[in-house]
Amino acid sequence: MRQITYCKALNEALDQCMAADDAVVLLGEDIGQFGGVFQVTAGLMNKYGKERVVDVPIAEAGFVGAGVGAALTGMRPVVEIMFMDFTTVCMDMIVNQMAKMHYMFGGRGKVPMVLRTNIGAGRGTAAQHSQSLQSWFMQVPGLYVAAPATPYDAKGLLIEAIRNDNPVMFVEHKKLYITKGDVPEEDYTVPFGKAAIRHEGSDITIVATLAMVQRALDAAKLAAEKGISVEVIDPRTLVPLDKETILNSVKKTGKVIVSDEGHKTCGAAAEISAIIAEEAVEYLKAPVVRVCSPDTPVPFSPPLEQAFIPDVKDLMPAIERLAQY
Amino acid sequence: MPIEREILLQMYQSMVTIRQFEERIADLYARGLVPGLAHLYTGQEAVAVGICSALRDDDYITSTHRGHGHVIAKGSKLNEMMAELFGKKSGYCKGKGGSMHIADMDIGILGANGIAGGGLPIATGAGWSAKWRKTDQVSVCFFGDNSSNNGTFHESLNLAAQFKLPVIYVCENNLYGISNPHENQTPIRDLSVRAMAYDMPGQTVDGNSVLEVFEAAQKAAKRARAQEGPSLIECKTYRWRGHHEGDPNQGERYRSREEIAQWRKKDPVERFAKYLIKEKEATKAELAELDDAVTARINESVEFARSSEFPLLEELYHDIYVNEG
Ligand SMILES: Cc1ncc(C[n+]2csc(CCOP(=O)(O)OP(=O)(O)O)c2C)c(N)n1
Repeated sequence: MRQITYCKALNEALDQCMAADDAVVLLGEDIGQFGGVFQVTAGLMNKYGKERVVDVPIAEAGFVGAGVGAALTGMRPVVEIMFMDFTTVCMDMIVNQMAKMHYMFGGRGKVPMVLRTNIGAGRGTAAQHSQSLQSWFMQVPGLYVAAPATPYDAKGLLIEAIRNDNPVMFVEHKKLYITKGDVPEEDYTVPFGKAAIRHEGSDITIVATLAMVQRALDAAKLAAEKGISVEVIDPRTLVPLDKETILNSVKKTGKVIVSDEGHKTCGAAAEISAIIAEEAVEYLKAPVVRVCSPDTPVPFSPPLEQAFIPDVKDLMPAIERLAQY
Repeated sequence: MPIEREILLQMYQSMVTIRQFEERIADLYARGLVPGLAHLYTGQEAVAVGICSALRDDDYITSTHRGHGHVIAKGSKLNEMMAELFGKKSGYCKGKGGSMHIADMDIGILGANGIAGGGLPIATGAGWSAKWRKTDQVSVCFFGDNSSNNGTFHESLNLAAQFKLPVIYVCENNLYGISNPHENQTPIRDLSVRAMAYDMPGQTVDGNSVLEVFEAAQKAAKRARAQEGPSLIECKTYRWRGHHEGDPNQGERYRSREEIAQWRKKDPVERFAKYLIKEKEATKAELAELDDAVTARINESVEFARSSEFPLLEELYHDIYVNEG
């Protein structure tokens, strides 16, 4: 199959959805001529015009809220927040409006909107451009949270998100944009709530999200050289979460590492660990281990930033520790 | 009233320092010595210098992602700045903040900011504090044309006007927000008219004339110190370089080469040099001597930054909370 980047896969998803449905419109900063700071929307303004691909002023509360209003009245907006850090300036619109309307209105009205944004450190952009805040949105009932780790899933999950009648926080990872993988040309969807088993193993399960998936696969390879068999599970959507696939793997291995680039405290990994403790504790042969970002802001200085990012260097000691139980 | 020669020469020196600092950063960035993002101020020197020349050391400023010029004009130390941009421990933020977060409480620099519009309420609060503490300090807020579309702009101006806070809002209208030209951000051409909505004086000045900016700033500062309330100054100028270093061809994707060339002809530094010579405030040779002295200081700062150490890894965990010991 042809290989394209994660970025191109997202671009293709937007393109195909826009071609198929006039209600799909894009709002965001510098997404038109500029193509978005990561080039996800490149070429779409030329193809669909300025009416459907709109460069908006810096007014996140305004244009995210406008997305909610448009979605409520028949459009399918895909709104881009340049960096997830900037969701902080439009939290009311996301948390109190976009997520809540369908419920508050007793099922009247729907908000079929996608909010695309990205997480991740590693580009030397410090504490206000590198945060991984996905867990915040997992705590808001009414929102779906998609977290693609591969180009295939990026395209399939985005098409699913756009066609889904619910508001979706679509969380990309800036380090993944340039990664390549197999992606079909045709229009297809990846269902929400279905995890992928990225690598089968029998000794230890790693549940990994976004960029942690590849890092877990790299660690699994190193572990194999030491005779430790690691299974890697990628949930693909954090809400809904495929508990069954995770728990089945834990039941098989009895040892689990949960790895997410968000902070350790109250992060996605904390939630998944709690589910395992609640529903599969009798299968555990060792404590659940979280490999996440430390509870510090993201530092600028390159050596500190490298130390901050959870990686193979943090996964390996965890694997070795669990192997000893 | 004529401006003292000493002040004029200080202004010139400050402008040259910004120009040379930025040119050096462009070079260091291209050689991979400065990590992360560097948004250069080249071409806008007259704004920072004109405004800060009307301030005292104990007055406050808040700055932006494009902050090097503001903080140099306010008197920050080049060694510490350069070291911060290299991510070194001897930098202003111990390597934790980088280019977008330079702060120096000793001389009223309340931080550059990675959030567009983030500085507006903070400067407003600093003005409020000066009022409570009954000092006659002034608080200046620098922000870009596109950042003024953020809700924080309107909320801040309303608060400051309602409570007669000693704040000067300085909009640097360099005609673009990343790729988004001013005419696509807002239907009004002069952003200073927004002052009318908050019943405060609003003025648009030539942001490439340091003396015109200085005069407006003096008037606003006088008004603020006399407890008469805030002002809005819009400075029309242009950034010579791309949005950040690495923006291809200095932003030719969204603005023409001719436009850039046109503005380069309006060089605020050269223009001021010509003025000083014409008015017999300085000779060509004297200015050249000043330029050389600045170059020597910049060389020294690069040497300082290069020879400084990176922070130790454990420093990742320092400064998250104020030490109560
Ligand atoms: C809240 C927020 N939204 C978006 C951004 C991304 N961003 C950084 S700078 C910038 C453009 C700023 O334009 P302007 O205020 O005109 O300042 P200039 O860069 O022209 O100096 C944008 C959109 C941001 N940093 N913060």
